[in-house]
Amino acid sequence: MNERIVQLLLLTVLLGGWQIAAVTGTIDRFFFPAPADIAVQVWRWITDPSFYRHVGVTVGETALGYLLGTASGIACGIWLGLSPKAARVLDPFIKAFNAIPRVVLAPIFVLWFGLGWGSKIALAATLVFFITFFNAIQGVREVNPAVLANARILGADSAALLRHVYFPAAASWILSSLRTSVGFAVVGAIIGEYLGASAGLGYLIAQAEGNFNSVAVFAGISVLAVFVLAVDKMLDVLENALITWRPSTQSGSVRT
Amino acid sequence: MQQVLARPMVALNDVTMAFGDFVAVEGVNIDVADGEFLAVVGPTGCGKSTILNAIAGLLEPRKGEVHIDGRRVSGVQRNVGYLFQQDALLPWKTALENIELGLQFRGMSSEERRARSLEWLAKVGLKHFGDRYPHQLSGGQRKRVQMAQALIIDPSVILMDEPFSALDIHTRHLMQNELLRLWHERPRAVVLITHDLEEAIALGDRVIVLAAGPRSRVIDSFPIELDRPRDVAEIKLHPKFTELYRRIWASLRGEVEKSYARHE
Ligand SMILES: Nc1ncnc2c1ncn2[C@@H]1O[C@H](COP(=O)(O)OP(=O)(O)O)[C@@H](O)[C@H]1O
Ligand SMILES: [Mg+2]
Repeated sequence: MNERIVQLLLLTVLLGGWQIAAVTGTIDRFFFPAPADIAVQVWRWITDPSFYRHVGVTVGETALGYLLGTASGIACGIWLGLSPKAARVLDPFIKAFNAIPRVVLAPIFVLWFGLGWGSKIALAATLVFFITFFNAIQGVREVNPAVLANARILGADSAALLRHVYFPAAASWILSSLRTSVGFAVVGAIIGEYLGASAGLGYLIAQAEGNFNSVAVFAGISVLAVFVLAVDKMLDVLENALITWRPSTQSGSVRT
Repeated sequence: MQQVLARPMVALNDVTMAFGDFVAVEGVNIDVADGEFLAVVGPTGCGKSTILNAIAGLLEPRKGEVHIDGRRVSGVQRNVGYLFQQDALLPWKTALENIELGLQFRGMSSEERRARSLEWLAKVGLKHFGDRYPHQLSGGQRKRVQMAQALIIDPSVILMDEPFSALDIHTRHLMQNELLRLWHERPRAVVLITHDLEEAIALGDRVIVLAAGPRSRVIDSFPIELDRPRDVAEIKLHPKFTELYRRIWASLRGEVEKSYARHE
């Protein structure tokens, strides 16, 4: 409770100071628009029905890229986690792909998949894939050997091992990576839109920037931040509902 | 003539177990009769767990053969119950879900296996703990769940790898008595590994001693002629018990000292 008050106080001082500095001309309003102006812009957007078309496009691209990236990441991660031989053979390739800064793929994806949804989904999926993939591999490899041997002696075949041992063991790793990935999916979609699109929040920001409208740029950033926080909160609820068995200590997560 | 002799339930014939160049046990011969409770003692690292894993089919012998009920062991065995030293319960399943696992893997309908596991839950004294997850149970309660989990499939052989070593002495006595009670209900071949000689004598029909590794082998075998049913806490005061302890320790002691000398 006390901490909440301190947090609110900090926010007030920060925004208040910024507003005063902008109004008095201590900082240049062209580069640092006043918070009040940003708020007005955000309000203008959220009361304008056409704004929701842009939000819808970004949400759609993010969601599809996220689903595609996490599903393929989990599948590949569990497969390579279970097959050390395949993992050894593919290791240098995975390392090489992972070493590529994903952002430079954006223009290539635009060439391949066009200016529509395809290139944004591909970029978001690529960003998400590696995070989920490494976490799934780790989750499978960390399976307690005694638990595994026990399940085998109790009569589990490979399908049962996958369902009752590997998948639940990897689940907490995968879930924590699902959290991290949401932010990356948004980044993928936004960068894609920023580089070339006709709709979406990234497109709005790019357009505002083209018009030297810094108020709209900042407003777009604020909307994005709220957007990511909302999704994160949703996953929080989902995670607590799914993993009921975990002791209070949280397991770690591999981040790339 | 051979047909007349009772066939051992578990038979290790000249079994050698190795990891790469490292030969852990060599030329081991062990027979366990049906209904016999065999205890195996030996210094730490001599290969006790390795032998147990060979019986369970988790490891393949480098040389020799293992038979259970006359059938050669190859691959993981389905008719053994294995009590692991470590926590081997599935942490994401409740006590009840853990207990019914073996039946589930055998394709039993969910109502039937639920009924059977509730029976076993009660049998190990955990009637009101069925929906607890392993991390919500004490060490002794987890062992009880593991026991029910291993025994619910009615295995013909029970393998135990230092099952009670992590428990405090009172809980250990309780669990040992519990085990004896369950075993009396339906006697079958048991191989119990322990580094606790008292436990071996208190529980076993026979105690065998393994040499210090590497290339460990069976060096001695002692029949334990103590009356059953036994109470593990009381039987330790019996004069015959002390006498057996002295004799077996005389055999084991040298191996323990050798083992220390090699590893220190
Ligand atoms: N997977 C393995 N790889 C290599 N060496 C092993 C492996 N498992 C066991 N050993 C070795 O085999 C010997 C016997 O091990 P183990 O059967 O666990 O001993 P015990 O159960 O009697 O303490 C030890 O020296 C151990 O280091
Ligand atoms: Mg051992």
